[in-house]
Amino acid sequence: MKKYLSFFRLRFTMNLQYRAAAFGGVATQFAWGFMEIMIFAAFYRADENAFPMSLASTASYLWLQQAFLALFATWMTEQEIFDTIVNGNIAYELCRPVDIYGMWFSRSIATRLSRAVLRCFPILIVAAFLPYPYGICAPAGPKHFILFLITLLLGLAMTVSFCVLIYILAFFTISPVGLQMIFTSMTDFFAGALIPLPFFPAKLQTVMELLPFAAMQNVPLRIYSGSMSGHEMQKAVFLQIFWLIVVTAAGKMLCRAAQKRVTVQGG
Amino acid sequence: MTQKIAAVRLYCRYVSINIRCKMQYKTSFFLTAFGQFLVSFTAFLGIFFMFQRFSRVEGFTYSEVLLCFAVMLMEFSLAEMFARGFDRFSKIVKSGEFDRILVRPQNEIIQVLGSEFELTRFGRILQAVMMFIYGIAKSGVAWNFSKVLTVIFMLIGGTAVFTGLFLIYAALCFFTLESLEIMNIFTDGAREFGKYPMGVYGEKMLLFTTFFIPYALIQYYPLLYILGRSTNRLLMFLPLLACWFLIPALLFWKFGVRHYKSSGS
Repeated sequence: MKKYLSFFRLRFTMNLQYRAAAFGGVATQFAWGFMEIMIFAAFYRADENAFPMSLASTASYLWLQQAFLALFATWMTEQEIFDTIVNGNIAYELCRPVDIYGMWFSRSIATRLSRAVLRCFPILIVAAFLPYPYGICAPAGPKHFILFLITLLLGLAMTVSFCVLIYILAFFTISPVGLQMIFTSMTDFFAGALIPLPFFPAKLQTVMELLPFAAMQNVPLRIYSGSMSGHEMQKAVFLQIFWLIVVTAAGKMLCRAAQKRVTVQGG
Repeated sequence: MTQKIAAVRLYCRYVSINIRCKMQYKTSFFLTAFGQFLVSFTAFLGIFFMFQRFSRVEGFTYSEVLLCFAVMLMEFSLAEMFARGFDRFSKIVKSGEFDRILVRPQNEIIQVLGSEFELTRFGRILQAVMMFIYGIAKSGVAWNFSKVLTVIFMLIGGTAVFTGLFLIYAALCFFTLESLEIMNIFTDGAREFGKYPMGVYGEKMLLFTTFFIPYALIQYYPLLYILGRSTNRLLMFLPLLACWFLIPALLFWKFGVRHYKSSGS
């Protein structure tokens, strides 16, 4: 465990150094969030009663999404890990007395957390001062806020275990671009990154909420704005834990299978 | 003139090398093409499901938005297919590969363009073509010669604008070495938010996209003409006007090349 903690610490402190990049990221995410909200505002002008969430809670959802983008964005995979597989440096990693899965997992968590720590505060602060209904609202209640923090971490773990699964699949396909792209567009759609899940037709939404993708950003962001009932929240947290165990176990199994027949590329 | 022909021939050669290279990884090629397809397909599903809840946004119906989305996607995909080399330009600059490009007796833009020809964008083009046919069939527009011509102008203008943006994106690397994340707003962001006519975003956004970065010229104004909202024939030619955007982009690139300080090892 100590090994993985130090992997985590190393990555975390290393990434905190990239402050200029974080500044650029904040500006981008701010512009992006602004455009999203303008679109939704136009929709709400068209017909305010057609939507399951109020514009204010949609705006909260969107700002939280931008603030914690680094925790959940599946396109932010670590190119370095793919590179080690493609160029053969994976051989060195395999020689180390650590479990590859654990190493990649702690490393990815650290990268995502450090990025989010650098980026979330400026976005949240500015969004808090925006006029109603375009800014971010206070959480629905103290209970909601605590649950939000817990599910945020669960969602992060879920995203990372999914990403590690993709890294491992790259052992089999060698060039990871395609795999990554399919995975990213699937998660964007099913996790509520493109459109919050309540905006889908009721039947589709019920199915989508059961899928592992919904266990990522969907749960914490909706709990924060209070768009889930008590029973729904319980179910969502349970599903998060369930999928986390399933996906992690699948990743570990696949990792073992991949390690049995590793082909080291490059020269 | 012969020089130009030679340049085109060189570019074609680059493309053929690139394709043969990519074809070495067949599974990955098809996965990537499929991935590209999915990316824009989910964007379409987004529009589809949103319009289940209301019938029009700022006076544009579902089928009209669809037409807008299709044209924008097509413009972007065409530009991306040809000018993708600029997208990974930061790598070329950082590794010092640009030195090698400069010493060769050929135009540097052609060489950068040829460094990457994304045949996998084929997936996105395919999706764009499908959307385009679907959008046109569903739009209920009474097509005539001038309207068809407008669409062609839109495709030309749009490809030019996006190519210009890619060019600026790349030229910035001369100064920053890293590609700037914020520029994504103007390329990927434009594709993402350009699926709705620019008028949806309000007056200020419309002004910005008319005079600063001419998205509205390749999308909103000609669309008004096609949909019969306006009979002003001038709107037809606005997309061609947007091609002017390439000039400042090229000048900026030239400026960047002159200021290039070698890097890498």
